[in-house]
Amino acid sequence: MASTADHADHADHAGDAGHAHHEPGFVKKYLWSTDHKMIAMQYLFTGMVMALIGGYFAYAFRMQMAFPGQHVPGFGFMAPGEYNGLVTSHGTIMIFWVAMPVLLAAFGNFLIPLMIGCDDMVFPRLNRLSYQIFLISAVVLVASFFVHGGPFGGAWTAYPPLSAKAEYNLTPLGATLWLVAVALEFVAFLLGGINFVTTAMNARAPGMRMWDIPIVIWMIVLASIMFMASVGPLVAGAAMLLFDQTLGTAFYDPARGGDPILWQHLFWFFGHPEVYVVLLPALGIVAEVMTVFARKKLFAYKTVLYTAIATGILGFFVWAHHQFIAGIDPRMANVFTVTTVLISVPIGEMCFVYIATLYGGSIRLTTPMLWALAFLAEFLIGGVTGIFLGASGSDIYLHDTYFVLAHFHYTFFPIAIIAVFAGITYWYPKMFGRMLNETLGKIHFWITIVGFNMAFIPLFICGAAGDHRRIYDYSSFPDLAKPYLQNLRILATVGTIVILFGQIFFLINFFRSLRGGPVAGPNPWRANTLEWTVPSPPPHGNFAVMPTVYRGPYEYSVPGREEDFWPQNLPD
Amino acid sequence: MSAASEAVAPAAPSAAPGPPRSEERRRTGVPHAVMGTLIFIVTELMVFAGMVSAFNIVKSRSPAEWWPPPTQPRLPVEATAVNTGVLLLSGVVMFLAARAWSKDPARGVRLLRVAVGLGATFVIVQGTEWYLLIEQGLSMTVSAHSAFFCLIIGCHALHAIGALVALVWVLRRMGRGVATQGQFQAAQAFWYFVVGVWPILYARVYLL
Ligand SMILES: [Cu+2]
Repeated sequence: MASTADHADHADHAGDAGHAHHEPGFVKKYLWSTDHKMIAMQYLFTGMVMALIGGYFAYAFRMQMAFPGQHVPGFGFMAPGEYNGLVTSHGTIMIFWVAMPVLLAAFGNFLIPLMIGCDDMVFPRLNRLSYQIFLISAVVLVASFFVHGGPFGGAWTAYPPLSAKAEYNLTPLGATLWLVAVALEFVAFLLGGINFVTTAMNARAPGMRMWDIPIVIWMIVLASIMFMASVGPLVAGAAMLLFDQTLGTAFYDPARGGDPILWQHLFWFFGHPEVYVVLLPALGIVAEVMTVFARKKLFAYKTVLYTAIATGILGFFVWAHHQFIAGIDPRMANVFTVTTVLISVPIGEMCFVYIATLYGGSIRLTTPMLWALAFLAEFLIGGVTGIFLGASGSDIYLHDTYFVLAHFHYTFFPIAIIAVFAGITYWYPKMFGRMLNETLGKIHFWITIVGFNMAFIPLFICGAAGDHRRIYDYSSFPDLAKPYLQNLRILATVGTIVILFGQIFFLINFFRSLRGGPVAGPNPWRANTLEWTVPSPPPHGNFAVMPTVYRGPYEYSVPGREEDFWPQNLPD
Repeated sequence: MSAASEAVAPAAPSAAPGPPRSEERRRTGVPHAVMGTLIFIVTELMVFAGMVSAFNIVKSRSPAEWWPPPTQPRLPVEATAVNTGVLLLSGVVMFLAARAWSKDPARGVRLLRVAVGLGATFVIVQGTEWYLLIEQGLSMTVSAHSAFFCLIIGCHALHAIGALVALVWVLRRMGRGVATQGQFQAAQAFWYFVVGVWPILYARVYLL
């Protein structure tokens, strides 16, 4: 209803002012826009395209793992170098071109101005520049797949000397393009992060105090701060690596006075906080979804916030748990074991907070809620298996096995896929003004979850049995070529295919509902936060009347009120 | 607290004292440009921290007589000390310019010109030193030491040039009377960063 009123309003204006203002051209509207919502969509769709590329790569190299040396349908025969390139590109894409742009940039751009009640980011042109640089970075990365020698194949962590010297990696151009792409991507997120933090701190609606900011906004802000505080050393390290590759310097060359382990420190000083850079927004999304569909106040708002800050600070002191076998001093390893085990305390606490939020609520198992619940369950497995890797004793055995890989996917898949789907299915009505189909949504959910567990539980077993993760073909390793391990590998590959198959339902649902879904109206979930007070999709400038905030974001089922929600902008 | 509020009427949960919320206004503590620049400076500090830590690690593993290698051209320690003074002076003049600008804009602009001039002198002297060093055969590939020297000091020079460009841009806007407090403060903050980080780099790379 509100959306038709809005249409009428627009038609009126068009009659008055002509088309010049209201109907910007295609380029101006979709490619050159400074509207935060359009930039969010640009990030979202770029991320989705990159996710499909990354998923296709996963399919290809998993087929090689299951049926080594055989023709892969839709890919062909895979050479060892190609395998390395695919694995590296899959990791790089999924972390830097899917998880970060979608969780941080797409949701950050879409949600921050809407949820804090302002019309746009405070630096809209910087925001546009951020996406444009990001797009260039994606193009550079994709270009590296097609250059002579193929894409970089030295893993997404790019350890030197493999990454530094062409005679080792055999992909001189691919390696340099990889590095340039990652560097450009950092610049894009730096601009974005400056925007996010400044907007959230400086442009909140009147009345919105610190404790009235929705948790997801806090999480995106904290994640941006973490990103900007951790990326510096890696930028320095990347410049050094680039000079090693192109100018022949010896920063990482031990033969000429350099130190290869140096890169590992600089990389993981960023690399571990990076986990929280994407985890925190995911936790925030899950908090929003859970409170709405449990119709309950978020349990211990301030505790969640302080916990997130504690996690953020601790996250800077755990990085060397990635280097237990890199020859670091065992006493150092002890220190990092302690900090790593410590950091599981705030994260564990966060899980309890969410469970307490659910407790006693009137839970509605909508698609977004299913994703949110699945996030909690699956991430828990990722967290618990992380303890084994954080303890240096067991890590020495498990290092570089499929156990690490499975643990990693049990943390990043819930973050970058499950929580993202919770967010997309929850905010889809706001983004596009239509409801998604619940049946297709649930089919998509169950196929994805079943496929995910089918793909990665076997890999825990393979890893514990000693499967090293950087082997292209196990048939020449008698200890690892045993039938039961090979069957587990095949099972994991089937799981991967099931996950990818499930995404067809999502894509159908997503694109069919754009036009065919039921009209959502401004507040289909009966939620409190400010984005639900404007039409769906929100018009340019978001708010017809700039809102004033009167209360926190989670006032659900307040006793004595007729309705079980209490929008933030409703006067007392 | 929650039990009490359940028993009574549904009170607003954050009934903090102060003016009613309907009378509050959008708060902007510091201008956007300044806030954005400050966040950027945090990242930049970490970039330099990363480079200096890398320097420390590699230095700690090299034999002392090879840091720097005896065959490598000697760094102009004394001339750079004087140049450091020039840069610090520029920072002080910048501070005075900022204080003067709000009261007497013309004086502020004059002082700002002096500060920019001193900053430019620093960059030019540095450039001349580099030119001489390169002529004597210094390059990034001579040794780990020379590589770090070029990386760290060169990175700082780029920042100094960038900050000077921003300051000149602000000066020109001041000339047209359109410069805002926020723009001036943002450019200033970045210059203080360039000035403030230099003595640490000088001490680390040239002296210790
Ligand atoms: Cu880690």
